[in-house]
Amino acid sequence: MTKVKSLADLRKMKEGLESKLNLREKSNNPESLVQIRVAMATCGIASGAKTVMEYMIDELEKRNIEAVVTQTGCMGYCYAEPTIEVTLPNQDAVVFGYVNEKKANEIIEKYIKNNELVDGIIPVNYETIKK
Amino acid sequence: MAKFKMHLLVCGGTGCHASLSQTIGDNLKEILVEKGLDHEVQVIMTGCFGFCEKGPIVKVMPDNTFYTEVKPADAREIIEEHIIKGRKVNRLLYQDPENKEHVSDSKHMGFYKKQIRIALRNCGFIDPENIDEYIARDGYEALGKVLTEMDAQQTIDIIKKSGLRGRGGGGFPTGLKWEITSKSQADQKYVVCNADEGDPGAFMDRSILEGDPHSVIEAMAICGYSIGGTKGLVYIRAEYPLAITRLKIAIAQAREYGLLGTDILGSGFDFDIELRYGAGAFVCGEETALIHSMEGMRGEPTFKPPFPSVSGYLGKPTNVNNVETFASIPVIINKGADWFSSIGSEKSKGTKVFALAGKINNVGLIEVPMGITLREIIYEIGGGIKDGKKFKAVQTGGPSGGCLTEHHLDTPIDYDNLIAAGSMMGSGGMIVMDEDDCMVSVAKFYLDFTVEESCGKCTPCRIGNKRLYEILETITQGKGTMEDLQKLKNLSYVIKDASLCGLGQTSPNPVLSTLDNFWDEYVEHVTVKKCRSSQCKALMQYIIEAEQCVGCTACARNCPVNAISGERKLAHYINQDICIKCGACMEKCKFNAISIK
Ligand SMILES: Cc1cc2nc3c(=O)[nH]c(=O)nc-3n(C[C@H](O)[C@H](O)[C@H](O)COP(=O)(O)O)c2cc1C
Ligand code: SF4
Ligand code: SF4
Repeated sequence: MTKVKSLADLRKMKEGLESKLNLREKSNNPESLVQIRVAMATCGIASGAKTVMEYMIDELEKRNIEAVVTQTGCMGYCYAEPTIEVTLPNQDAVVFGYVNEKKANEIIEKYIKNNELVDGIIPVNYETIKK
Repeated sequence: MAKFKMHLLVCGGTGCHASLSQTIGDNLKEILVEKGLDHEVQVIMTGCFGFCEKGPIVKVMPDNTFYTEVKPADAREIIEEHIIKGRKVNRLLYQDPENKEHVSDSKHMGFYKKQIRIALRNCGFIDPENIDEYIARDGYEALGKVLTEMDAQQTIDIIKKSGLRGRGGGGFPTGLKWEITSKSQADQKYVVCNADEGDPGAFMDRSILEGDPHSVIEAMAICGYSIGGTKGLVYIRAEYPLAITRLKIAIAQAREYGLLGTDILGSGFDFDIELRYGAGAFVCGEETALIHSMEGMRGEPTFKPPFPSVSGYLGKPTNVNNVETFASIPVIINKGADWFSSIGSEKSKGTKVFALAGKINNVGLIEVPMGITLREIIYEIGGGIKDGKKFKAVQTGGPSGGCLTEHHLDTPIDYDNLIAAGSMMGSGGMIVMDEDDCMVSVAKFYLDFTVEESCGKCTPCRIGNKRLYEILETITQGKGTMEDLQKLKNLSYVIKDASLCGLGQTSPNPVLSTLDNFWDEYVEHVTVKKCRSSQCKALMQYIIEAEQCVGCTACARNCPVNAISGERKLAHYINQDICIKCGACMEKCKFNAISIK
């Protein structure tokens, strides 16, 4: 890996990375790319987030759905762990709580494939500062 | 296959559920079928919107319309007017309390802005194990700016001007601390991150380290540059394995990119970070004890001054800050001191992360601006008290803090108001209690903790807290007297005055604060020997009401100690001398004949 040698270097690098992170949000092929974030802090993992994440990756692959599954930190909804956030192309992110394998299957079949919501959505109740 | 164009989100949280949100959902579905729209519009029950005061809530997507206080009978109007004709139902829209205007779009509602994520900005958004995602979100920009465009004093000035105060509990102004450390002369200085987090019920520091470790690393480097130190140490408890793993990964990645190490970003500034593990003693969160523990000595506090900023780790000037304090630094540099100080109350700027726990519906991690009220936290963010019970108190500041009651519901929460109310900010634990919690037992719980955690150096703390605990124990057993209450008070003041460190100086707070706010409850325990919350076993009796008892023998068969006697088909009787108050009989009785007195 190369070293970042100056602030200018860092900024240039950031631009490249930003578009990569954006790619996930506003993807080139908006028809197909789905983004999933799994809250994997201690609370999430303790309630099974790891199994859910693995299940999602395996199943999406099996069902031929192009998606990026990433882990992230605590979203704050500890009462509803495991929680995952699904962003369909060109749509607002939706957070699902109490996700087990069965629920994950439902989310893939109903929400990801058909844009049909499933019960148990957690409304996002905070504002994150823009960078 | 149905492709839905619109979604109706109906709140299925406990509060809204109690006000018939299920029926609202059913009505909406029925009317949609009737209108032949059920393949285009989908009705969904969601988790709590955290706006229970104005529930039940129905939100229409994708236009983000937010209806409040909806009744089952309103379902038809919502569908006929809004869905079919495209006209919003004004009378159900949220009314801005200030200008009385109807607000239709939830993004413009004040309540959605109740939570602002600054310290938690990347938690739940980026992959904490990937430095590239952090950089894409402006990561290390602040460090770069400071190293290339600013000198140490300019950096300190921004932090001072921002009004940031330490999030580890004391609330000491961070910029001032950096300035003091920077002015201390020495050949080496240290930056220490306090990740001990010993307050029971607090987990915000863990969440930050697990969700956004780079923000702490970046801030520590900025601090190093400002105070003139090249070594950083994170003191973290060994019970946080995931946080440790993620920190290690983050440090390794930062080193690979040259964001830690020598000549960072070509500026000539060197900085690196090492981890030090704590064994999970509460007192080791106190900065002098923490430093001794890192030096390989016993984790015991020592007298201040000298403060760590003057003489700390290995006798060198050491700047100790909390995890959350550090996590706020890069944003302040990037967005400016004025931006930060525009959030919060007059003397406490920015936001605070709280771990909301106890008898509340939405247990979790929240980040709110300083100056928010308890009412907003409990009823608008927390979704209200569990099972519709009555709110009694909130404990803040853990074992060093006290409780806030109904009278404090509208007090803006900041460092100074909490102290004035007999509690403190502490690290941000917030435990909500309802009518079923006995305040004497709550005080006893915290004292049990401090007795266990006192390092034993000072007599008042080591022995005094033990005596406090014993007196509380006597009271909960029904053997207390009015004199004991006076003793509790006197002893508390002695411990506060005569202890060396913050642990001892604050340990009687839970006792004093419950005595202050719930005097009647203490008096009841010692005079009429009654515990109104039915928590103190010694003070309650299980009684079988002879009139309701049909003599089914279910209770007698389930009593583990055979305390119940009585003939089949005749009223039964509990022998109080034998009863161990396990409650099994009451659970088994199908005729509600058994009650607690
Ligand atoms: C008994 C005791 C326990 C403490 N525990 C912690 C802790 O777990 N984490 C923490 O950051 N500060 C803790 N503190 C406060 C530290 O002594 C110190 O003030 C703080 O780390 C300074 O950082 P700040 O200015 O950023 O808040 C504790 C203090 C006392 C007296
Ligand atoms: S007050 Fe208590 S914890 Fe603090 S130094 Fe004295 S004995 Fe130890
Ligand atoms: S409370 Fe327990 S011990 Fe007492 S009578 Fe009932 S079952 Fe027996």
